[in-house]
Amino acid sequence: MSGREDFAVNLASRHARGDRWRLMFMLSTLLAIVFLGALILTIVDDAFGYVVMVDEVDQRSLVPDDERLESLDAEALRAVIDERLSPRRYRAIERERPFDERTAADLYDIVLYEIVKPRVAETYTLFESLFARRSIVEETTLAHPDGELVFRSWVNMRFLSTSQTARPLTTGVLTAVKGSILTISITILFSFPVGIAAAIWLEEYAGDNRLNRFIQVNIYNLAGVPSIIYGMLGLAIFVRGLERFTSGSAFGASTSGEVANGRTILSAGLTLAILILPVIIINAQEAIRAIPGSLRQSSLAVGATKWQTIWHQVLPASFDRILTGAVLAVSRAIGETAPLVVVGASTFLTQDPTGVFSKFTTLPIQIYQWTSRPQAEFRHISAAAIVVLLALMLSLNAFAIFTRNRLRRQKRFG
Amino acid sequence: MKPVQTARYPEEARGALSFGKRFRPHEAVILALLFFCAAVSILTTLGIIVVLGAESSALFKEVSLWEFVSGTSWQPTIGEFGILPLVNATLMTSLAAMLVALPLGLGVAIYLAEYASERVRETLKPILEVLAGVPTVVHGYFALTVVTPALRGLFGQESIEVYNTLSAGLVMGILILPLISSMCEDALSAVPRSLREAAYAMGATKLETSVTIIVPAAFSGIAAAFILGLSRAVGETMIVALAAGAGPNLTLNPLKAAETMTGHIVRISGGDISYDSMDYRSLFAIALVLFLATLALNMVSRSIVKKYREVYE
Repeated sequence: MSGREDFAVNLASRHARGDRWRLMFMLSTLLAIVFLGALILTIVDDAFGYVVMVDEVDQRSLVPDDERLESLDAEALRAVIDERLSPRRYRAIERERPFDERTAADLYDIVLYEIVKPRVAETYTLFESLFARRSIVEETTLAHPDGELVFRSWVNMRFLSTSQTARPLTTGVLTAVKGSILTISITILFSFPVGIAAAIWLEEYAGDNRLNRFIQVNIYNLAGVPSIIYGMLGLAIFVRGLERFTSGSAFGASTSGEVANGRTILSAGLTLAILILPVIIINAQEAIRAIPGSLRQSSLAVGATKWQTIWHQVLPASFDRILTGAVLAVSRAIGETAPLVVVGASTFLTQDPTGVFSKFTTLPIQIYQWTSRPQAEFRHISAAAIVVLLALMLSLNAFAIFTRNRLRRQKRFG
Repeated sequence: MKPVQTARYPEEARGALSFGKRFRPHEAVILALLFFCAAVSILTTLGIIVVLGAESSALFKEVSLWEFVSGTSWQPTIGEFGILPLVNATLMTSLAAMLVALPLGLGVAIYLAEYASERVRETLKPILEVLAGVPTVVHGYFALTVVTPALRGLFGQESIEVYNTLSAGLVMGILILPLISSMCEDALSAVPRSLREAAYAMGATKLETSVTIIVPAAFSGIAAAFILGLSRAVGETMIVALAAGAGPNLTLNPLKAAETMTGHIVRISGGDISYDSMDYRSLFAIALVLFLATLALNMVSRSIVKKYREVYE
């Protein structure tokens, strides 16, 4: 056998094996993408779809024969309310806001949800609604003869603009969104300055000694600590240890009758701040490290002090990258659930949070609570809440990218 | 020589013109502040150790350490604090997660680092980053509403419970897949080009180069990714809280419900819990175990990475 044939003897099978494995590697990549697709599709699938609504009180019994409830004016709606609403509920709603001051749309809502009381008898996902419409129609006419089949987007204006209520049809995410935004503001206010300052110290000032090396290693280790441990830390330090401050009693803040016991937005925000601090520091350090030494040296050469160099040259030149890293960390904080459950998020809030000393719930907490309920309606509203959460995270990231690009355009160096 | 004309430089302006170092008190203050901010991280660690240590030592006055480590039943209401059922469930979900994430993650990494064209890589990497950025509560939702029903369809309704560790573990694997794949890809890409060229020159195919040269050369990086992924899986909470079930249960059957360490902490602290009770303290003891386990894993992972850097720089 010549050398050439010797070389070629196994070539075909070796190449075949190479091709097979190449396919395997491609498939695993494809699978990873499919998972992401499935994740997003499930959420969309559950957030929209047909529902069968059954009214407890027939709408036609409330209105004259030739009219519909939707088309009644305020006066007619008032008449229906006066006639049909139980005195107890009447007084309760009147106390919230007098009927005379309410708009027609407002009154319509009251008639609908207090008197007609629609109930979801059956729900379908988006794919069922799109591809099995006929069988759905057949099924519902048989099972719920007096029911009405409507296409419902579980994410709707009402859902976005209503506070938390106990019923899945009337509840909304406003309480949770307000809670999330307030909490995240506290987190940003605390973690951005501290994180950036720590990064400046470590990159610009810290000498190579034991203490600074320890700080650095410590930060890397903290970044790997499970988030629930930070929840325990927040519970012990902010909720219990510093209760006087986090409940607002030290500042004379009244929690409007509700005792929050330190389980406030302030405690939650600070816990999340401690949680994302290591990530912010590490990202900011990388941003500062990327600034060329020549920039510092030229500033020092014209007589600036070290701090002037950092403040006027290094920070402006690296700020876009610092911001990007910090926003990534914050969007992680928005989605955090476990530490906030431990810190003591409320399961049900009767009023929206008004300040940092209010009791709190956040979007992920709300999703967690709704998902753990067995009823199908709650599954759909948690999908809707996930859509809101992802939209919030996306808009935060978009805002960061926009700001970064603006900063880049204004930048002189780097 | 004439002396310097001091008349043109009045006494009070001298400071401004001298090139010597001037004392700037505000810069000293800034420096102190910067150091304090860096030291916050040390305070955090100290806080974690003190809080977890103090509360668990209060528990260990009542329950012996041996009982805690070796007990097979966790029922705080009747005073049984054996952590084994919780640890067992944590290990089961983590194992399932690693069985999904390691082969898939490594496959993705090899494809991206060795096979994919520049353009494919630039499109796929951000997609995987998006996957990594999805909040874990969403994964929990996915596990409960999609994966569990699918598994029940596959194995039959009777043989698999509504809450089970398998479903939680599988979805957890999806959660840590992007972490593993991106760390492995970094490790593979860091292997010097010369090694590839040498293998090709010897007549190796692309697969042989990847599997027998590149992967072993990047092995420490891959091992580090694996250990870090394991640490993430052990500390992951929301998926197991939603999908793995409530109530500690010592079982090796992944089709049954069992509560992990993190799941237990979340469930108990989410309810009404009175401070200074044994229940409350026992949560801190679990958290201490969790903290030490993840810390050890992270340190091992970092030391492996460090060693590997020394080889290739």
